[in-house]
Amino acid sequence: MSHKENTAEVESSNMTGTEDPTNDEMLVQTDVSDGLSASTSVSETTNAETIIRADDINVWYGDEQALQNISMEIPENSVTAMIGPSGCGKSTFLRCINRMNDLIDVARVEGELTLRGKNVYDDDVDPVALRRRVGMVFQKPNPFPKSIYENVVYGLKIQGIEGDYDEIVEESLKRAALWDEVKDRLHESGLDLSGGQQQRLCIARAIATDPEVLLMDEPASALDPVATSQIEDLVEELAEDYTVVIVTHNMQQAARISDKTAVFLTGGELVEFDDTQKIFENPESQRVEDYITGKFG
Amino acid sequence: MSTDDLETDLTRKTENSPRELLTRSFFFLCAALSVVTTISIVALLVTEAAKFFTLTAPLMGVTGETASIVDFLTGTTWQIHNKEFGVLALVSATLMITIGSAIIALPLGVATAIYLSEYASKQARSVLKPALEILAGVPTVVYGFFALIYITPAIGVVLPGIGTFNILSASIVVGIMIIPMVASISEDAMSAVPDDLRQAGYGMGATKFDVSTGIVVPAALSGIFSSFILALSRAIGETMAVTVAAGAQAKFLNPLDPSSYLEGALPMTAAMVQLLTGDITGGGLAYRSLFAIGLVLFVITLIMNIISDYVAQRYREAY
Ligand SMILES: Nc1ncnc2c1ncn2[C@@H]1O[C@H](COP(=O)(O)OP(=O)(O)OP(=O)(O)O)[C@@H](O)[C@H]1O
Ligand SMILES: [Mg+2]
Repeated sequence: MSHKENTAEVESSNMTGTEDPTNDEMLVQTDVSDGLSASTSVSETTNAETIIRADDINVWYGDEQALQNISMEIPENSVTAMIGPSGCGKSTFLRCINRMNDLIDVARVEGELTLRGKNVYDDDVDPVALRRRVGMVFQKPNPFPKSIYENVVYGLKIQGIEGDYDEIVEESLKRAALWDEVKDRLHESGLDLSGGQQQRLCIARAIATDPEVLLMDEPASALDPVATSQIEDLVEELAEDYTVVIVTHNMQQAARISDKTAVFLTGGELVEFDDTQKIFENPESQRVEDYITGKFG
Repeated sequence: MSTDDLETDLTRKTENSPRELLTRSFFFLCAALSVVTTISIVALLVTEAAKFFTLTAPLMGVTGETASIVDFLTGTTWQIHNKEFGVLALVSATLMITIGSAIIALPLGVATAIYLSEYASKQARSVLKPALEILAGVPTVVYGFFALIYITPAIGVVLPGIGTFNILSASIVVGIMIIPMVASISEDAMSAVPDDLRQAGYGMGATKFDVSTGIVVPAALSGIFSSFILALSRAIGETMAVTVAAGAQAKFLNPLDPSSYLEGALPMTAAMVQLLTGDITGGGLAYRSLFAIGLVLFVITLIMNIISDYVAQRYREAY
């Protein structure tokens, strides 16, 4: 008990502080030097790969419950897909991870959600610092009414990240498969792009700051097959260094790119969470099988 | 029978029905009334002002005394009893009050708008917005006395020896008067910024301050500029408060010299009130100068409106 508080204090310095939030080495090291007493070191070793753990998460919008008792462990450096019918709470769950639900007046979150062992709903966690480590691409493209260039460097500027911005812009736009289309008009408004281009701009903007975790809410829903496959490549590439949690309505996409799949069904329950292969080849639940094979939507 | 019904249903009859014609004429008359009024006022201003100037008076059939249009537009002395009509003495006072009130009202108004739109809780808003509206509804003469009775003595504590009538307290009070205008128009523009953009900012790890100043304000810029220009037009045209607070003695002052704000002067609107209330000497010529000042004032506000339209077009909110 006292140890838990201790860990919380040490780690909070990283989420509450303003110093480089992407420096997770520091976080790991503090953990090791701190992990003398048994409980954490055991959990650290047995779940070394778990970066995000949801424990009995319930979410309400006013009186309406949107998520029911969600528990899952998302492994580090992997792609986790969230699938399920419209309105089942996929976006809501994503917003729990970076506390975007805080911004919705009527939303209430209960339960524990830990990022590298630290409950992000603890009082001492600064949601701003959390969101600098957990980036997000929204369901609807929302570029700023600024130039393409300014959109990409926005996060760097507000987070005080230094570096060769021109290079970061080029690199981020290339990874988001947008560079060739916009390289000659970086200083034109991001709003002049097509919907799919705007979505890729939002992806470039989110990865420019190198977050540890990237939450992507249907990033490919407005993209053509070529751009979609480029984004899928990006997601797989990102998973080498980052953790990606992606919502998709496209079963093939989930099957192609994800390591783990979470199936939510109407009512906000997590019906099954397992290795993607298992989910698609041999799901435990009949409802999941029905959903995946299209018998139930 | 049924085919007949169908035909009547499909042919356009409503447009020319008597009721339709009547309502249309009514609305047209309402719209025409304000246009006609505006045109009459402008025509009156122009023809009466024309009688004032040597250059144009003969055209208007006026034979009495007239004034030089060049002296009027470039002169810096306004002494009616000496027949000196240098409008720059009045323009400088108006300009100073406009600058002074802008320095106070623009930053405070925008800050208020940011608070209301981005920071205030529902309860705080429900108190503050009506309070602002009340502030906007106080008769301006009350503001004038407020300046005279509270602001000037308060300034006197800091700057002893300041006169009863001075530009500074007139500027402060006009500034307070136009804050609600800046705040409420800017707030409307900020509230219209889609929430998606704020979400995008917060999602990147922006603080509330980052989002307000870096996303919401730039996105609402054209509305904010419009509020500035409308508020400045209001400051330029403000009459009662400055008549009470600024003084009655025309004096040309340098708006760029801070010490001139401590002196009293006569803004254009106050000069017109003086001429109208009639305790002046100078006869018909002085009376006609009223319209010449009015015309200058009208042209200035017209230019402000044109700028405002241009700004609104040029920096149209696009999100
Ligand atoms: N801001 C909100 N206020 C109130 N209710 C909300 C809000 N956002 C979502 N909900 C409700 O919560 C439930 C889950 O919504 P959510 O957006 O998480 O679904 P989703 O799985 O992402 O759906 P989709 O696939 O259509 O994006 C829905 O019933 C929705 O009506
Ligand atoms: Mg969704």
